Amino acid sequence: MHLNTFREALRIAYRSVGDNKLRSVLTTLGIVIGVVVVTLMATVIEGLGKALDKSIESLGTDVYYVSKWNWFGGDWWKSRNRRDITVSEAQKLRERFTQAIAVVPVVSTWEETIKYGNLSVQGIVNGTVEDYIATTGVLPEEGRFFNDLESNSGRPVCVIGKEVASNLFGKEDPIGKTVKIKGYSYRVIGVFEKEGDFMGSSMFSKDTQVFIPLSNFLHVFGGERSVDIHVKLKPHVDKEEAKIELIGVFRQVRRLPPDKEDDFAVNTQDFLKDVFDSVVSTIGIVGFIITSLSLLVGGVGIMNIMFVSVKERTKEIGTRKAVGARKRDILVQFLIESSFLCILGGAIGLAISFPLSLVIDQFLPSSMPLWVVALSLSISMAVGLVSGIVPAYTAARMNPVEALRYE
Amino acid sequence: MNDAEHDLEPMIHIVNVSKTYVMGIEEVHALRGATLDISRNEYVAIMGPSGSGKSTLMNIIGCLDTPTSGLYRFEGINVGELDDDALAAIRNKKIGFVFQMFNLLPRSTALHNVELPLIYAGVPAAERRNRAERALTAVGLAERMHHKPNELSGGQRQCVAIARALVNNPSVILADEPTGNLDSKTGEEIMRIFEDLHEQGHSIIVVTHEEDIAAHAHRVIRLFDGEIAGDVPVERPRRALRHHVTA
Repeated sequence: MHLNTFREALRIAYRSVGDNKLRSVLTTLGIVIGVVVVTLMATVIEGLGKALDKSIESLGTDVYYVSKWNWFGGDWWKSRNRRDITVSEAQKLRERFTQAIAVVPVVSTWEETIKYGNLSVQGIVNGTVEDYIATTGVLPEEGRFFNDLESNSGRPVCVIGKEVASNLFGKEDPIGKTVKIKGYSYRVIGVFEKEGDFMGSSMFSKDTQVFIPLSNFLHVFGGERSVDIHVKLKPHVDKEEAKIELIGVFRQVRRLPPDKEDDFAVNTQDFLKDVFDSVVSTIGIVGFIITSLSLLVGGVGIMNIMFVSVKERTKEIGTRKAVGARKRDILVQFLIESSFLCILGGAIGLAISFPLSLVIDQFLPSSMPLWVVALSLSISMAVGLVSGIVPAYTAARMNPVEALRYE
Repeated sequence: MNDAEHDLEPMIHIVNVSKTYVMGIEEVHALRGATLDISRNEYVAIMGPSGSGKSTLMNIIGCLDTPTSGLYRFEGINVGELDDDALAAIRNKKIGFVFQMFNLLPRSTALHNVELPLIYAGVPAAERRNRAERALTAVGLAERMHHKPNELSGGQRQCVAIARALVNNPSVILADEPTGNLDSKTGEEIMRIFEDLHEQGHSIIVVTHEEDIAAHAHRVIRLFDGEIAGDVPVERPRRALRHHVTA
């Protein structure tokens, strides 16, 4: 019984939409916009999530970064007036802090010019030691990182990021070639695997960076820079306790009296999570508002067109009732028509947002999640049901005599 | 209701039925205390000028409407006590309507139009199609099943409507001015179909204001100002001319 009515209703809905193609498509505009916004929003959030995971992976979950600067939040002026962290403080921390498998000083320039033949690129140059490789999740794709011998003696060797390599060498093999930085020659001994960037920033990505031995760095760029200390914890230590101990030890190293606050920051990759959460919640709120508004407008539009449709087909409703359609048959017929219309809008929305998601993928690696497709169509259908209920009910309770008489 | 009672009471049993509509602040008494019985296999014409209450009477007999007061029993069922869905079920299974304006679904084929009552009756698709085809064949439209109403002549459309009225094998066929929108020759052909159906054992009630049409019936009930003004058998019902429905 129900299946019959249902099929008949589907057939009517299909025909009704088909007979009024332009009107139907225009009516669903609000739904279309709503679905486009919701799917693109989800795609962007998904892409950001992927970037986050990648960045967390590359920074390592059990690495602390002792720095003059707070990565996220913190008072910039206060940070600026802090004492620089020195290489010898890093060495002292390494000697005294026992929870780490590696304590590595890293000192960095701003953008420097790196040349190979006629080509040049801008990139950050870092001076560090051989243990650096133990603190990062990103490994050399070709060649290797420098060893203790090269590090201690300050050999002019470098390991470069993927983008530096592709910009300078193209298809050439960079290993063994010589690049020039500040007029000094460095032999390329390794290339890092591609890391990608996070939220459009390559600040934490090695792709555009160059690594050289610390002693060489100090010789070429001088020592007046604050050092960052990367601290890789031993496995299975309690991270919170380790952090407290790390702060305590470093306060000793810097001879801070107990009444003074820390004049350094201990950063972790957790900050990425904070950035991510704040960005995602902003996108989410804006997207939610736009989506709700367009679905509301869309729903009202659907309701309006359904009233028109009911009015136009008053006589048909009368005929159907005369031959035995019950209230619920008519109700179902118009509900199916309104949901069909909305699902059509949802499908148009998906057809628009899918190519757009491929465009987004170019900037932020991502894909439209399947559950969002399902969700969009479900929301569309729900809007159809909600906005169809009043017109459908109006149709269902029509008096058959009056409906038949209607011209 | 048991079989004995069923046999005693006529198919349509109307006692002192009135229908009052409220139009704005005015009450319109469309029907004032009508009493009549119609039995199985009768061929009845209900006549009267416009405003006489004949349409109201037809709506009540057809269970499209319920009386304001009085008793209406259809095959022993007290119609006045039924809710909308129960009325719909009676219309679906027991009554076949033929309207002046044909009332076909314009975008559906003849076949689908005829299937419509069976859809709401829950008849499975294959059987539905089979029965609809037979009904269309019975009214001489076997060749035109897949045409839409706008591809059919007025007479053919009315034949589709008759097939739709027949398809559920109803107890009674109710025709409201069935020839009102047709030329006299086509109207004659439609009346012939009713004659045939009557001969095959169907009960037929035709509402009309045309004496010529009423003359085909075997009994004429006349309404005036909402009251039954006459109820007489027809001595020699008119026979329709025999020719096929064409244009």
